[in-house]
Formats: sequence, structure tokens, C-alpha cells
Amino acid sequence: MKLVLSQEQQDLRGSVRSFLASVSPMSGVREAMESADGYDRSVYDRLNGELGLAGLIVPEEYGGAGAGHADLAVALEETGAALLPGPFLATVFATIALLPERDKELLTAVAGGGLTATVVSGPSAGPDGVVSGIAPQVINGLDAEVLLVRDGRHGLVAVDADAGGVTREALGTLDPTRRQARITFDRASGRVIAGSAAGEARSRDLIAVALAAEQLGVLRASLDAILAYSRIRVAFGRYIGSYQAVKHKLADMHCKLEQAESIVRHAAWAADESPGELPEAAALAQIYLGRACFEVARDHLLLFGGIGYTWEHDAHLYYKRAKADEVLLGPPRAARARLADLLEL
Amino acid sequence: MDLEEYRRRARAWLVENAVEGAEGVAAARRFMAAMYDAGYSGISWPKEWGGQGLTQAEELAFAAEARDFTLPIYAFSIGLGMCGPTIVDLGTDEQRRRWVRPLLRGERIWCQLFSEPGAGSDVASLQTRAEPAEDGWIVNGQKVWTSVAQYADLGLLLARTDVEAPKHRGLTMLVIDMHAPGVTVRPLKDMSGRSNFNEIFFDNVHIPAENLIGQVDDGWSCAVTTLLHERLSISGGVGMSGARDNPASFERLREVVDTGDPIVRDQLVELYVRSRALTLFNQRLAEETRAGVFPGARGSAAKLLLAELTNFGADLAISLAGPEAVAYDDDGGGLARAVSQAPGLSLGGGTNEIMRNIVGDRVLNLPPEPRSDKNVPFKDLKVGTQQ
Ligand SMILES: Cc1cc2nc3c(=O)[nH]c(=O)nc-3n(C[C@H](O)[C@H](O)[C@H](O)COP(=O)(O)OP(=O)(O)OC[C@H]3O[C@@H](n4cnc5c(N)ncnc54)[C@H](O)[C@@H]3O)c2cc1C
Repeated sequence: MKLVLSQEQQDLRGSVRSFLASVSPMSGVREAMESADGYDRSVYDRLNGELGLAGLIVPEEYGGAGAGHADLAVALEETGAALLPGPFLATVFATIALLPERDKELLTAVAGGGLTATVVSGPSAGPDGVVSGIAPQVINGLDAEVLLVRDGRHGLVAVDADAGGVTREALGTLDPTRRQARITFDRASGRVIAGSAAGEARSRDLIAVALAAEQLGVLRASLDAILAYSRIRVAFGRYIGSYQAVKHKLADMHCKLEQAESIVRHAAWAADESPGELPEAAALAQIYLGRACFEVARDHLLLFGGIGYTWEHDAHLYYKRAKADEVLLGPPRAARARLADLLEL
Repeated sequence: MDLEEYRRRARAWLVENAVEGAEGVAAARRFMAAMYDAGYSGISWPKEWGGQGLTQAEELAFAAEARDFTLPIYAFSIGLGMCGPTIVDLGTDEQRRRWVRPLLRGERIWCQLFSEPGAGSDVASLQTRAEPAEDGWIVNGQKVWTSVAQYADLGLLLARTDVEAPKHRGLTMLVIDMHAPGVTVRPLKDMSGRSNFNEIFFDNVHIPAENLIGQVDDGWSCAVTTLLHERLSISGGVGMSGARDNPASFERLREVVDTGDPIVRDQLVELYVRSRALTLFNQRLAEETRAGVFPGARGSAAKLLLAELTNFGADLAISLAGPEAVAYDDDGGGLARAVSQAPGLSLGGGTNEIMRNIVGDRVLNLPPEPRSDKNVPFKDLKVGTQQ
């Protein structure tokens, strides 16, 4: 088992962190979220051009870095902490779905050309790759260039987002830093990529681990923000961090962070090294991180006082990301039921 | 040998040697001796003093395997978890030679003599006096809540040597012979009905000069070392019985409750999630230790989480089991025992509040609380219970 970062992973973390701090600071996130697109395409291009993040887990033969899921988790923790808007996570999900099928065309385009994609479920496809039906909620559905429709019978079908018969409508979202869309397919034609049940199951687990890594970043950033504030904000002649009511809450939040990080590292390790342990580790990560991330984001907001309730302050962005992430892959009860099944309860 | 192989061998040894139902101090001594001979006593302790010179990873690997067995070494938990590591860290070579190997071989049982009726969380306000005598010290005073003292041969004592100095600066750490004249040990019955802790009276007990740990009046910094080890050892489960012995653990509970009920299933999932979260945190701390990062005060987070988990599990177990958990025949009562013992873990080794203070102050570097007791001569301080 490997639960601590290697030197290379620490270096990766350092470079993603400093890159995002300069290219996508919170002022940039706010600008992006209020812009028409909802994200800054140039940030996305530099993320891939300079850091090669979209191709991180793409095999080297397709132009990627061939890194593992533990490395991906390190990168996602940072994009989560920075609340990076745009289709990065969605494209990671799509990449994960494509990996078991080794689809050269799309994997090469993701790694080399900065292609954006998102996984779509709901509609059904025919064996000819013609897709019909409604996907009620697709993350970054308006941003993605390729829609990867997951159909129970025919595996994955890749549909160009601007293909005929595809209608995309923006939805209102709790989280202003990650948009969603409703997508209607009316006999839209795409390319069938074979899929297997085993590949689909593994993808589902890997997606849960990737999301948990993002949540770890959101959790950590929320905690860091309120720790910094509690060391400088004074009330009744004392720093608020010296009051036990505050200090003890922060200590509990730290305990959640310690456990959350351990769970994410374990799940990412299992993804790379111990596939048999992955389903349980992934379900655990989804359950624990979903709750812990939201609780910490909520408490961090509350401990800011009135300023935390303002639109101008960043606290609500973490709070909303945390809540939206907790249900991104389904209601928590579904993950809990899956873990119960895996444990043969 | 890689860790997996180490684990496998440890397990094989435990299967052969962990005797079901062995109880009492004689069994504990025998088992410690067997562990020593097999190389499982003091796994991460330095070789030259009797340990195996391996890392925390092997130590935890053994502990993880041991969780499935009943190791009768409770009487040694304080020596292994707190006193021994303090001697290894702070003792002179002569002291290490004298005390470490006999502990690891099960020849000497240790207790930790810190808490007093007037000083628990605030242990630096203790009042037991050690006054210089010709060839050492004379000790007078009282300790309380001292685990395993009724079996102990030696005690790690914190006593006041200077009442003129502020409280943290007038303490000294000494090793006391529990069989010396003037030491009286009285077992106290705890809320679970057991007598695992004691009150101790010192009446002009003589301690020889060579039993001084560290420097005179520098006992507080020694005590901090002991307490760091204490929290790590509690969270790591040194000398504690394993999940198999805990009827409120996920593994045991799942066998007795009705998992057909979706609410029961979900509550078991919650218990599993919390248990795994802490196990993985402890494993990560062990890996960090192996990589050269000492967990330090983060051990207090692990100790707090274990206390919370233990109380959560015991509470949940009774609720799931229902009325039969609280009225039982002679062979029952496991869950009643579990819920009666659970609070001990939130108190011994430092209360939950003190753990949160430590995490806040030393891990998160939050501003300290204002204090009125730090720079006042001890003799002028208000301590203990007052009207
Ligand atoms: C099972 C068990 C085994 C033990 N074994 C040993 C042993 O072997 N050796 C030994 O020396 N001691 C031992 N102890 C003693 C233990 O360390 C103390 O009981 C503990 O530190 C609490 O001290 P106290 O009992 O004096 O309570 P107090 O310190 O009086 O605490 C009372 C309440 O006040 C709270 N409180 C106190 N100070 C603060 C603060 N600064 N901030 C917030 N809240 C505060 C506490 O959290 C607690 O809720 C044992 C205790 C138990 C229960």
C-alpha cells in the first residue's frame, strides 16, 4: 500500500498549484464563472499545453504521459482546491471511460489536441451509432466538443457536440463554477466504440476516485482559508482561533482532512496497483469524501461570520462546489447501498 | 523481507502462539517472553537495547495482524506504549541497558504515575513532592487513575522538585521501584466493574539518584515526550485487544444483527466507513514515519478519532441489538461491557477536549488561549478542586 506522495508527485503538486495560482486565481475563477462560456478557454489550453494535464493518464502510445491514477489524484486535488471552472474534470471522466476501450482517435485528440469531452447517460443508441433520447443532466455539456454516450447495450458512442440532432440547453446550477446542460438527441449519429461491462464497472469506480480527489482539494482549501482567517480575526480582544468553540471545530475539521486524504490515497493506490480492492475503496471514497467535504466547507463558511454569507466572499463557492460534488454521481444513498452490497451485508 | 512476507510470518506465528483465553499476569509475562524470543517485542525499537531495529511499518503490520487475536499483554501496555519509548528517547545508555530489555522480555511491568486527584488534564499542576536526599530523592504524595499499577514493578513518576518556580518548570521525572517501602497501591473499581486502575500513596519513598530521567526540573519536557508516545500507542492499539474481541466492531456486529433491514444495513455501512477511515489514517501515519516524518501531535488526532469511533460503535451496537443487549445470561453482556468501557478511551491518555486543544495548538498553530497560570510561582497557584 502506498499512502504518501512520492517526490515526483510532490513536484507535480507543486507545479499544478503554482500554475493555477498564477493563471487561475480566484479573481479569474469569478470572471470565468460570470462569463458567457463559464470558463476561460485559454486557461484550459495552457493547462494542457504547459502541464499536459489532459493527457496525464493517457498512455504514452497515444501521446499522453502514461501516468497513474495516484498522479491524477494529485492534479485533481489542486484543480479542486482552485475551483477551476470548465471541462477539465468532465474530460477526465470521459478519458477514464475511454481507457479500457483504448480508443486511439479520441485519446490522441484529448492528450494532444486539447479536445474536451463529457460522459452522457440516459439516451440509447442503436448498433449503427444513432442516438436518441434525453440526457437530463450533463456536466459541462455545453463546453464539451465530444459527447460520449454510455449506452447499456452498445457500449460507448461518440457523438460530436455540433452534430445534427443534438440540442443542448444550459441549466441553472447551484455551483456557479461548474455548469451543466440538458442534452436532447434526436437521431444524432455517432461512432460506436465497443464497451464491456467490466470496463464500465472499472470506469465507474475510477470516476468516483477522481471526484473524491477533487473533493479532497475543496476540503483542504476550505480548511486552509478559515485557518488563516481564524489567526487574524479578532473578537472580544482575542483571535477567534483562540476560542475553544472555534478551535475545537477546526480540530475536528482537521481530523476529517486526515482521514479524507488517507482514503483518497488508498483508493488511488488501489486503482493503480490493486484492482481487486478498487470497488470497495472507491465506494468508501465517494461516501466519506462527499460528506466530509461538504461538512468542512459548510463549517468553514459559518466560521467566517457575516462576510462568509456574501456573494463577494469565496466561501460560498466552496460550499456550493462541495454540495454539488456530493451528488454529482448520484445520491449518497446509492453509494452507501453499493458499499453494503460489496461488503455482502 | 518485504512487508507482505513479514505480515504472513507474523500471522503464522500468532496462529501458533496466541493462546485463547490466557489471562493474568503470569500468562502476560510468558507471552511477552515468547514474543521477545520470536522477535515480535519492540519491533521498531533500537537493536542495541533489545528491540528488533525494524520500522514503524513492521510494528503496525504486526499490530494489524494481532488485531485478530487475543494477546494477553494488557499489563504491559503502559510500559510498551509510554514508559519504554520514553526511556529509549531520553534515558542514559546505562538506563536503557537496565530497563528496556527486561520490559521487552516480560520481566518488568511498568506504570505511568502522572495524574493526581488535583491534576489530570492539567497534569503540570501536580503536587507530589520529590525532595533531594543524600543519594537521591524522598517522595511524598498521591497519584490516581494509575493503570496496571497493581502489577507494576516500576513506575515512571512525575513529581514536583521546585515549588518556587512556575508550574511547568519545577517538575522532575524519576523511575520509582513500585516494591519500595512506603509505596501503597489500592485498586479502584471503574464503571465497567473492573479494577484496572489504582490510587497510589507515597510515604517517604526513597528513589536513588541514578533513576533520574533527563534533567532536574526539566520533567515537563520529558512528560511531553511520554504523552506523545501515549497518544500514538493508544491510536495504534499497543497492548489493546483487537476487533475480534470487540463485540461492537463492524466484523462482530454484522454477524449478529439483521442485515435484511435497510436501516440496519446503512448504520453498519456508517460504522464500516468510520472504522476504515481511521485504519487508513493510522496506516498513512505509519508510512510517513517510515519515510522519516514523525507524526508528533497528529497522534492526538488519531487518538481522538479512536475515542470517538469506540463510543460511536458501542452506542450503535446496543441500539441495533435492542433490549437483549442490556439484560443477559452469564455468557452474554458483551455489548453492555463495551458500552461501559467506551468512555475510558475518551478520558485516559487525555480527554477529547484536550486532544482538540493539542490539534488546534500544535498541529494547526492556532493562537493560544490566554492563561493565568504560566508564569506564577507554583506555590501561589490555584490548583485541583476548589470551592
Ligand atoms: C481508563 C483510564 C486510565 C488512565 N490511566 C492513567 C495512567 O495510567 N496514568 C496516569 O497518569 N493517568 C491515567 N489516567 C488519567 C487521565 O489521564 C485523566 O483522567 C485525564 O487526563 C483527565 O484528567 P481529570 O480526570 O483530572 O479530569 P479534569 O482535568 O478535571 O477534566 C474535567 C473536564 O474538564 C475538561 N477540561 C480540563 N481542562 C480543559 C481545557 N484546558 N480545555 C477544555 N476542557 C478542559 C476535561 O476535558 C474534562 O471534560 C487514566 C484515566 C482513565 C479514565
